[in-house]
Amino acid sequence: MDIVLFLVFAIIAVVAAVNVVVQTHPISSAVSLIGVMGSLAILYLLLGAEFIAAAQVIVYAGAVMVLFVFVIMLLNAGAEAKRGRSLVAQLLGVPVLLALLGLLAYFVERAFPGNVKVHFGGFTGGSAQAVGRALFTTYLLPFEVTSVLILIAILGAIVLGRKELD
Amino acid sequence: MNAVPISWFLTLSAVLFVLGVAGFLFRRSIITVFMSIELMLNAVNLSFVTFAYQYKQVSGHLFTFFVMVVAAAEAAVGLAIILTVFKNRATLNIDDVDSMKN
Repeated sequence: MDIVLFLVFAIIAVVAAVNVVVQTHPISSAVSLIGVMGSLAILYLLLGAEFIAAAQVIVYAGAVMVLFVFVIMLLNAGAEAKRGRSLVAQLLGVPVLLALLGLLAYFVERAFPGNVKVHFGGFTGGSAQAVGRALFTTYLLPFEVTSVLILIAILGAIVLGRKELD
Repeated sequence: MNAVPISWFLTLSAVLFVLGVAGFLFRRSIITVFMSIELMLNAVNLSFVTFAYQYKQVSGHLFTFFVMVVAAAEAAVGLAIILTVFKNRATLNIDDVDSMKN
């Protein structure tokens, strides 16, 4: 059952990710990206990361993508204009990317030769309780620094978005 | 056979990352480039959660959590920058935003 679940949502994720890249209209890319994030949330559940799966849906598929769609609609962004592409990019781009993928897959296969298997329930340390305990003991300082980072980001967004005073 | 090899998750992560790189390099709309960055961050998050499963450690989840927080902050600031660029130049094409090129 696990392998069916993985294959279904992995294929959905890859197809949606391809769609993010090939669609010319930003809003189609945004909706495809929500599909990627939703199927990744299912895969996180399969890996026993309940809290991260919930955070993925709420923070990524919810908040971040709503922000994206909001900006796309605010700017009334249409399909992107086709321009003359550079010849080097056309000739080298796809082969180099495939070489990068092959290299990554080769090292993954070499480092993890299939002896570790993932099955649902194999790791139960990803509950909100376990994540919260680690967050407020071992990772307390990064957590507090993160709150400062978010404050700075809010201030930056306000400064960038305000009307210029003459 | 019921269980999924762990390398499949990592390979899926690599595929999503390469697709993110492709979108980042090939697309000209500044919003789509930004979404490709989010796709790459998501691919790396999948790697972190997979490693957390393999080593039975919760630390991978914490890294994913921090990546999510930083991505949310980055999206807020980045989209504000996109709004400012659009307000000043009335374009969303990254080829037209070249004032640092000269």
